[in-house]
Amino acid sequence: MNIDLQQVEEAAKELYIRALKILPPDIKAGIAALAQRETDATARTILGTMIRNISVAEDTANLLCQDTGIPIYNVAIGRGVNVDGYGLKQAIRAGCERATREYPLRSSVVHPVTRRNEHTSCGRGVPVIHIDFSDIDETLEIEMIPKGSGSENSSWLKMAVPADGVDAIKTFVVDCVLESGGKSCPPTIVGVGVGGTADLCVHLAKQAATRALGSRCADPEGAQLEQTLSVAVNQLGVGPQGLGGDATAFAVHIETAATHITMNPVAVNMQCHSARRARATFTPRGIEYGF
Amino acid sequence: MAHHDFTTPVGEAAIRALRVNDTVTLNGTLYGIRDATQIHMFDRGRKTRFDLAGHAVIHTAPNVRKVAPSAVHPAGYAPVCVGTTTSARMERFTRPLMSQYGVRMIVGKGGMLADSLATFAELGGVYLAIVGGAAALETTWIEQIEDVDLDDLNPESLWRFRVKGFGPLLVAMDSHGASLYTELKKAAAARRAAVLTSLGVK
Repeated sequence: MNIDLQQVEEAAKELYIRALKILPPDIKAGIAALAQRETDATARTILGTMIRNISVAEDTANLLCQDTGIPIYNVAIGRGVNVDGYGLKQAIRAGCERATREYPLRSSVVHPVTRRNEHTSCGRGVPVIHIDFSDIDETLEIEMIPKGSGSENSSWLKMAVPADGVDAIKTFVVDCVLESGGKSCPPTIVGVGVGGTADLCVHLAKQAATRALGSRCADPEGAQLEQTLSVAVNQLGVGPQGLGGDATAFAVHIETAATHITMNPVAVNMQCHSARRARATFTPRGIEYGF
Repeated sequence: MAHHDFTTPVGEAAIRALRVNDTVTLNGTLYGIRDATQIHMFDRGRKTRFDLAGHAVIHTAPNVRKVAPSAVHPAGYAPVCVGTTTSARMERFTRPLMSQYGVRMIVGKGGMLADSLATFAELGGVYLAIVGGAAALETTWIEQIEDVDLDDLNPESLWRFRVKGFGPLLVAMDSHGASLYTELKKAAAARRAAVLTSLGVK
């Protein structure tokens, strides 16, 4: 299967706009479930406003949230796919820039020192593009995540030591949720990276934070830990928007990687209640959009 | 837990009457302000031609469409999606906003900290919490972008919106030293030990 780079550019543009407008069904169901269980009156009102906002965005074809985020594109290239890799990255960047100019979207991206905004949602190293390979025949997938800053500013890495054990991981996650309070726009998905190197650990936390609700960590140790931590953080009473209540997090998601005998790294990256993502799947039958 | 309908600007007495858990709906003028706006106003000596006295500012940088100036879009901007950002980053600007410009209300999400709370008590101000991430809904409360200043900082310009039925917003920090965020942070911190025990942490 040959990939047409013009189609990639169109998809990169379309994905950014779709992600900002259409909340994935698992997140919508997640908010509805939290609203149904909520016992705090203020929290119920806030969750009700979030649900109303989703309908207004659908009815008015508007963006769910003003924060267009830092654009992230995750590409998975399957078997038997012929694509010019460098051209693919250029096409994604061009599509991201076109979405910003043509829609128009707020460019939320600035140079880190001069703070200059090019009004393209692009800059040095941005959009963030991750390219990986999958074992699916004749399929290329592009996932787009506009990562909002309220939740991204709630990111932490701790290089704990082996003597601190799993207790260090659990304590760190609980303390990050407390520290984050209402700033990360809860209810959140608390993404946790366990193991790896420092950079891999933070990357795992981001992968965990942006996974679909209902998905489980492929590592049984991680899966067990995410179950117990999901219950625990929702006993803290931080609540929606940090104004109290039961619904602090949809879930704690964990991703793990092997680490060094001397290391015990743990990272947290949060995703807000507007947990936006969109996906385009290229196959010989055409391009299909989803989540 | 009273509800208040305000047409801006408002005087100190109206602000002093607000208590946490009250709600407020704003009508009239609302100013949009952000990190870069305030860095330039208070660290780099720039001044705005707008009169902010008695007004509300919202922590925002909106999505807008550039259009030809007209009666409907006098500033040459049509609102696309106007939402609210996390307030705590802009904590150190509460005092100069109030003391130099006479701002009375800050609309934001996630809450502000001790210095803001002290400033609200001293000078008569409040923090009104909006639901963050509910920008599509918030945009329906914006009637018009009336004017814009410091627009070289776009999208972090100083925006003057005309709003109708903007709210209800929750009074989350008042001028009597009460903050829902402080109370809830304290309560959550008090649960930390029990939660860690439930996780088997020694």
